[in-house]
Amino acid sequence: MRLEYFEMIDRVAVLDLEAGRIEATSTVPEASPVFEGHFPGHPLVPGVLLTETMAQASGYLVLARDGFGRMPFLMAVDKARFREFVGPGDALRVTAELTHEGSGYVATRAAISVAGRKVADAELRFRTVPFPPGLDARMRREAARIGLPRRP
Amino acid sequence: MSSTFETVAGIMSETADIPRETITPESHAIEDLGIDSLAFLDIAFAVDKAFGIKLPLEQWTQDVNEGKVPAEEYFVVKNLVSRIDALVAAKGA
Repeated sequence: MRLEYFEMIDRVAVLDLEAGRIEATSTVPEASPVFEGHFPGHPLVPGVLLTETMAQASGYLVLARDGFGRMPFLMAVDKARFREFVGPGDALRVTAELTHEGSGYVATRAAISVAGRKVADAELRFRTVPFPPGLDARMRREAARIGLPRRP
Repeated sequence: MSSTFETVAGIMSETADIPRETITPESHAIEDLGIDSLAFLDIAFAVDKAFGIKLPLEQWTQDVNEGKVPAEEYFVVKNLVSRIDALVAAKGA
């Protein structure tokens, strides 16, 4: 996880396209400029970045399922809960499952757990649109970096 | 008025923060109620869930943008309600 570059996912552990489910791992860095302000002497991953982490796991699931046909952009966050503090060195398990595929949008339910305890969860929705120029290749590179399996 | 209309009007009111009494069957979702494309996706999500259907919003948008169908056919509330009823009927057929 590189907070300042918004690289929130380290590795995809499980991808089940048929069930519409992904499981990924990520380790919070020991140090980051983010922690200098959030909070001085008491470093915590901000809730918005935990939301982004869940959104990225969901997004890779959508990309994989759709064969990188369209780009999902976060459009709604419902029922977000941040149940426990998340800080430097924490090993995150991030899960997301598709709950609805609409016309031009998708919905997911995502969660983060640390050592088997749920620390955050939310219901997310994404508008899916044709890729802006150049973003397709960038997303494919990122997907390769985290080991997102290619479609058979 | 139909129960579909009541459900849709309730969804529009709650989702787009529109006073319920301003929503009539003749209301145009965009021109009269000021619902933008993002809010309409929220409404579509709630409608999909409430009725167990998939509103073909992308097809509708394409039809309107290409001039094949006037926007009123999809976005005046009574017409939207009719299309929802048709999708529900098709699902059960």
